[in-house]
Amino acid sequence: MTTRTGEKPAGRSRRLAAWLHAHPRAQLRLLLSAPLVWLVGVYIGSLTILLLNAFWTSDSFTGKVNPFDWSLAAFEQILGNDVYRTVALRTVGMALLVTVTDALLAIPIAYYMARVASPRARRFLVIAILMPLWASYLVKIFAWRSIFLGNGFLAWVLQPFGIAGPGTDEITNSWIVFSYLWLPYMILPIYTGLERVPGSLLEASADLGARAGTTFRRVVLPLVLPSLVAGSIFTFSLTLGDYIVPDLVSDATFIGNVIYDNSALGNFPIAAAYSLLPILIVIGYLLVARRLGAFDSL
Amino acid sequence: MRHLRVLAVMAVFVILLAACGSPAASDDMLDEIGEGEGELNLIIWAGYAEDGSAFPEFDWVTPFEEETGCIVNATVQADSANGVQLLRSGEYDGGSFSGNATDRLMAAGDVAPVNVELLENYGNVFDGLKDQAHNSLDGVPYGVPHGRGPNLLIWNTEEVEPQTTWEGIWENAAEYEGRLSIFDSPDFIADAAIHLMATQPDLGIENPYQLSQEQFDAAIALLEEQFTHNPQFWNGATFADQITAFAAGDVVIGTTWQFQVNSLLAEEAPIEAIKPEEGTTGWSDTWMIASEAANPNCMYMWMDHMMSAEANGQATVYFGEAPTSQEACDYAETIAEGHCDLTHATDEEYWGDIWYWSTAREDCADDDDSTTCVDYDGWVEAWTTLTGS
Repeated sequence: MTTRTGEKPAGRSRRLAAWLHAHPRAQLRLLLSAPLVWLVGVYIGSLTILLLNAFWTSDSFTGKVNPFDWSLAAFEQILGNDVYRTVALRTVGMALLVTVTDALLAIPIAYYMARVASPRARRFLVIAILMPLWASYLVKIFAWRSIFLGNGFLAWVLQPFGIAGPGTDEITNSWIVFSYLWLPYMILPIYTGLERVPGSLLEASADLGARAGTTFRRVVLPLVLPSLVAGSIFTFSLTLGDYIVPDLVSDATFIGNVIYDNSALGNFPIAAAYSLLPILIVIGYLLVARRLGAFDSL
Repeated sequence: MRHLRVLAVMAVFVILLAACGSPAASDDMLDEIGEGEGELNLIIWAGYAEDGSAFPEFDWVTPFEEETGCIVNATVQADSANGVQLLRSGEYDGGSFSGNATDRLMAAGDVAPVNVELLENYGNVFDGLKDQAHNSLDGVPYGVPHGRGPNLLIWNTEEVEPQTTWEGIWENAAEYEGRLSIFDSPDFIADAAIHLMATQPDLGIENPYQLSQEQFDAAIALLEEQFTHNPQFWNGATFADQITAFAAGDVVIGTTWQFQVNSLLAEEAPIEAIKPEEGTTGWSDTWMIASEAANPNCMYMWMDHMMSAEANGQATVYFGEAPTSQEACDYAETIAEGHCDLTHATDEEYWGDIWYWSTAREDCADDDDSTTCVDYDGWVEAWTTLTGS
């Protein structure tokens, strides 16, 4: 378009293009500057402000944060009260439990998809697993709520057997809903991992006399372990940070609930200080995952 | 070296942002109500801005929108502390707040004084509701009243004997294992304190919101005992859960608002609710305007609207609370006979043992320098400990 009009601006833009061509580094910088400003300024910047709050005080009456009034009081409070440790252990325990549950559910499904199913059935299964991701996360939680409610679906099914419904205050509800929500994130990496395992290896293993169980344990599992760890990053970290599921389907308090409650109740320094904990846990988890090769298989 | 430079740039950025973040409080009152801005963003208690979508006969938003052209967007607060945080997000023009939000908002300058001269309906409001500690600062009004009411004791009449005191949810909590329904907020500590005022007068509790460490510990001990019986929780955002749970018989006794009582009675659930003998916590709500309101004209018009006979009559009948003027009372009678007597709108004696929500303060909110009380941060931490353990 610029060449067609041939006006002065065209000359300028052509000169700019020529200059950029001669300076590939400047080209790269210009290209990356916008996303970098976003990443550093908006993304990391907001996180930094949040974390700075952990080292500031807040007015106990108005709840307003006093910026640059440095103090470690929030950390002292968290370390001085056992409840914060209890909640952290509960949350990490739940995250591990959900990860194991999803792994146990995902491995057979992924194996069937990658090794057994016909191409047609495989396509259908992939769509079936991706489909729930199209529905809003909240819609799915509320669907589970209506199942658990005292007069809900589960209560109706169990009633003839004389068993009461679970209600919405059981911590096991959180376990079920978390496992349900994050299952696709576990199936998909394992499925791609299994697809990459050459069939000849399995045949060789069988030829050497290994039974199905041995082949799985000694050939398949080591080969898909990186994919399994990659999937577990999702199930673990998503459970670790979630506060809506435990709030809506149970009465259990997780790390996210304590952070949310304290920020909602106006004690920002506590919320900020406590939010350091899941960040540290996830960084630790990612370091271990990297050692196990999870990032190579993503 | 490189990393250092990046860090330095980030630090400058952060400091700049933080500097921009501190708002300058303005004490300017509006001199006249101009033309509406076309929009109004409110923080409300559930049921305070009905547009007829729940029940066609309860609609005081649509007439307001038609008359002023201000389209109302309402956000429900879960409890008072949540309302405070919402207002500070800067996205709202104002809202309806209870005493434990208004005291903090006024002290921090988040809300502006109100020029009541501009509000036609202010003159009708009962004198007893004007210039109170929860809606004015140094004699300057900071808002207009919406309505008031007590937190009630509710029980299932088929499973629980008639009650007269709060004992059912405290001393007798064991009888209702897993079927107690209580308010999920640090503010509920005051409910324990009120019960202690009656059962342990030796503690010398004079104000359930300003507790010495000893009194506070006693209230927490009472709550700890109650929490061993697995209560279920509700708050201003999840009150509908409580309605469902009582209707289904999941819970049989607890604390509630007249709002849930009305809903349950409407669906003929077997429940009864009273103000127990010890007295109770309660609220006297105020519409306040944010000091940084983007739509001040619409907010003033809304405040005036909410004191009108029609709007206040409807709103207080809908929620089940006391109207704020004789005119509103008269209007309320036309939709719900006996509403004003039922809610004790003019019966000041009834309100004597109702402790309106207010915020715990280190200085006990008094002039006595020798006393210190557990501040609200202490309440929040205690509540975290109770619910998280």
